[in-house]
Amino acid sequence: MTILDERPATPAEAPRRRPNRLLALLRNSWRQLTSMRTALVLLFLLAIAAIPGSVLPQRNVSPEKVNEYFTEHPDLAPRLDQLGGFDVFGSVWFSAIYLLLFTSLIGCITPRLRDHIRALRSKPPVAPKRLDRLPQHSVLPLPAGGVAAIAEVLRRRRWRVTVRGNEVSAEKGYLKETGNLIFHTSLVVVLAGVALGHWYGWSGNRLLVAGEDKSFCNTRQQYAEAKLGPRVDTGNLPGFCVTLDRFDARFLESGQPASFNAAVTVDEPGKATRAADFSVNSPLRLDGANMYLLGHGYAPIIRYTDRYGRSQTSIEPFLTTGDMGLTSEGMAAFPDANLDPKTGKRDSNLQMAFTGLYLPTAPDAPPYVRSEYPTERKPMLNLVAYRGNLGLDAGIPGSVYQLDQRQIRTGKVKQVGDKVLKPGESWKLDDGSTVEFLGTRRYITLSVRHDPGSGVLLVSCGFLLAGLMGSLFGRRRRVFFRVTSGGSPDPTGETPTSGSSLVEAGGLPRTDYPGFADEFAQLVAAVSGDGRPDEPAGTDRDGSDRAGTREGTD
Amino acid sequence: MSALSDQLVTFAILAYLVAMISHAVEFALGNARVRAAVSAPVRERELVGAGAGAPGGTILKSTEPTPPVAPVAGRAAGRARLAGLVAVVATVVAALLHLVALVTRGVAADRMPWGNMYEFVLTVTFIGVAAWLVVLAKRPSLRKLGLFLTLVMVLLVATAELVLYVPVVPLVPALNSYWFVVHVATIVFSSGIFLLGVVPAVAFLMRRGYEAGKRSFPYTLAKRLPAAAALERLTFVLHAFSFPIFTFAVIAGAIWAEAAWGRPWGWDPKETWAFISWVVYAGYLHARATPSVKRNVATWIAVLGFFTMLMNLFGVNIFFTGLHSYGGL
Ligand code: HEM
Repeated sequence: MTILDERPATPAEAPRRRPNRLLALLRNSWRQLTSMRTALVLLFLLAIAAIPGSVLPQRNVSPEKVNEYFTEHPDLAPRLDQLGGFDVFGSVWFSAIYLLLFTSLIGCITPRLRDHIRALRSKPPVAPKRLDRLPQHSVLPLPAGGVAAIAEVLRRRRWRVTVRGNEVSAEKGYLKETGNLIFHTSLVVVLAGVALGHWYGWSGNRLLVAGEDKSFCNTRQQYAEAKLGPRVDTGNLPGFCVTLDRFDARFLESGQPASFNAAVTVDEPGKATRAADFSVNSPLRLDGANMYLLGHGYAPIIRYTDRYGRSQTSIEPFLTTGDMGLTSEGMAAFPDANLDPKTGKRDSNLQMAFTGLYLPTAPDAPPYVRSEYPTERKPMLNLVAYRGNLGLDAGIPGSVYQLDQRQIRTGKVKQVGDKVLKPGESWKLDDGSTVEFLGTRRYITLSVRHDPGSGVLLVSCGFLLAGLMGSLFGRRRRVFFRVTSGGSPDPTGETPTSGSSLVEAGGLPRTDYPGFADEFAQLVAAVSGDGRPDEPAGTDRDGSDRAGTREGTD
Repeated sequence: MSALSDQLVTFAILAYLVAMISHAVEFALGNARVRAAVSAPVRERELVGAGAGAPGGTILKSTEPTPPVAPVAGRAAGRARLAGLVAVVATVVAALLHLVALVTRGVAADRMPWGNMYEFVLTVTFIGVAAWLVVLAKRPSLRKLGLFLTLVMVLLVATAELVLYVPVVPLVPALNSYWFVVHVATIVFSSGIFLLGVVPAVAFLMRRGYEAGKRSFPYTLAKRLPAAAALERLTFVLHAFSFPIFTFAVIAGAIWAEAAWGRPWGWDPKETWAFISWVVYAGYLHARATPSVKRNVATWIAVLGFFTMLMNLFGVNIFFTGLHSYGGL
């Protein structure tokens, strides 16, 4: 770390006649911001600021947990919410830290980039007057070919060489700074990729039940939740349609999943309809979107025949409750039930709904509340029937998975019995209507996403890594050779070729590089012709290790 | 097969224990040697008044190796060298047992042995000890660090066996991917190197204090340690070696997360802590490259980085739930 010394944080103020205070302040703040120390402090702040993001539940990771937290800590939660505690990574303070850090970063790399390009294009500097003052120094007899031979040896070892009269200057290891700049620039590009994805990306989640009648086309309305970037509008969504034909899941005897596969039919605009498979870890790649399999479950097929003999069928997904056996709960609602065929009128107090618990593998004996295995070995549907005004007309959007509890509390909906059904069984209700459990269909939980920044991210991460390695393992160093006659420096600059001439060599590691002494010694040996001139010098790392061996005590 | 693996782990712990005790004996005899040497004539010495913990309150000014002068000291030194040798041999034996335990575990599970926290800790510690043996082969002078290393090994492997143990089970489908293997292999590898890296880091902090004249409790332990500069250098080399691997591992994890969950990065607790560790280690490398930051400050950052790794390994699996919660607890 010698070349990249920090620029002074507070430069000595030049006495001027009318110092522009504001300008000076700005310049000073900028210097301060772009110092490595500030970068370090900001890095630290960034790490600390991320901690609450793992301790508190986050809205965009698990919104349910945030709600839970609100009920558990009614006093604390709103205050934390105000501070952005449930959306740490989108909060003002987190953004402020990383924006400052990246400003500092850009302010830091631009001048270095300029300097480095200049350094890459300029020749190695003139040798210092006194080579014996450099960390490495040696005197050797002039090799046969003179200065040109020395330069040749150096060039063969991939040094950048300049010959000035009887002097040779050489430098090596520009890769360190190049890598460092690539690394830091890649960090900026990574952030740009993230921003691109944020602005132009979109995503949506939904459940998809098997069967052609349940196929889904990609529109905003078709998603239970959708997030559109600020620069996306609903018209931009690619118009593909997907039907789930089959879903296969294999499980181990312990109930642990072993493999999943979803077979779908895809219909993309302008393309032939095709069949495709996808699974966890291998998403379905579509034009302008990817489809990911996140979960799966069962949708019981429930047929209700009302008191007038009219049948309706509900095939709604039952949500899994999180246990290994895929116990799921849900609702079948029939708001149009009991329409009087004579008057054609509907009595909203005769709407029907069934809430249920579905157990793919019910236990041998009651209570039938927990499934024992995720496949349908002994399926059982535990239904509770409700009659009354379901509250679906009130204009309040209700959940398709849960009965509106307000309607029960106010007595508008009444429970009219419960029963456990096996597939194919039916249950006659008090008013002569029947409900049948016909079986189930599979459903899958899908996440559909489009992230235009992902390509940028991938490429910049590649550069980031390559740059990092160059930066960490590269070592910049200089060597100088000067031909002298009779062992004393020759100020005349003439090139002596007589056998009695000597060469003085000096070496300067410009970065922390303990192996330099070894490399220098090898180089001198190669130049003077003894040793193994054509064998390449040991790699830097080897050199450092060897040098390190002697540092310890024993 | 899995029972064999479990037994081998127990034996490995015992072997680490033997190594640790031998290192401790070497340490103790080393002190004896100093004491004996002090009594020899012509030695320049320095009296340190309140040398709490330093036997006799007298220590040598020179931190360089002291050739045994008195015959008593010679015998002690010989015994110390023997203890050191035993320690190294025991470490090698322990590492071999450790390796075979991992292999049999993998064979029993029919996959790479890093599907849950137990296996993960077992693998990380193995990488740590293997890397230590490489360092030791290259720089035998650092042998005395083995005391700290074996201490860490005993603690972690025993924690794995006593607290984290789970029977062999296959992987859940989300974990069944090439990127998973790449991701976890590199995470395990870099964690192992970071684990090893924290040993010279802590040793450096103690030794530096010792060289600066501190003679209170933790610093006196550093009396027989290698020179501070060498420890600091080793700390840096290990971290600089590990950091790009860790960076790659995090990137591989993001690629895998994209395929499995549809997003490369989602601030799941595990991801958040990986981010924190990455930033802290970047901070360490940065601090070390910043001239105005002292080396011990930088080294503290490296130690802090290791705590964030531990937090990710244990804390996140135990305290938080997220997509990564397959720790098996
Ligand atoms: C986004 C935040 C940043 C991260 C994650 C980061 C990370 C790193 C890492 C890991 C290194 C070590 C590589 C090496 O030793 O060569 C490094 C080196 C360096 N960084 Fe940064 N950095 C960041 C921001 C900055 C900023 C804002 C500056 C300027 C003020 C800066 C200037 C430097 C310099 C000059 C080096 C080279 C040190 C050397 O010569 O070894 N970095 N950085």
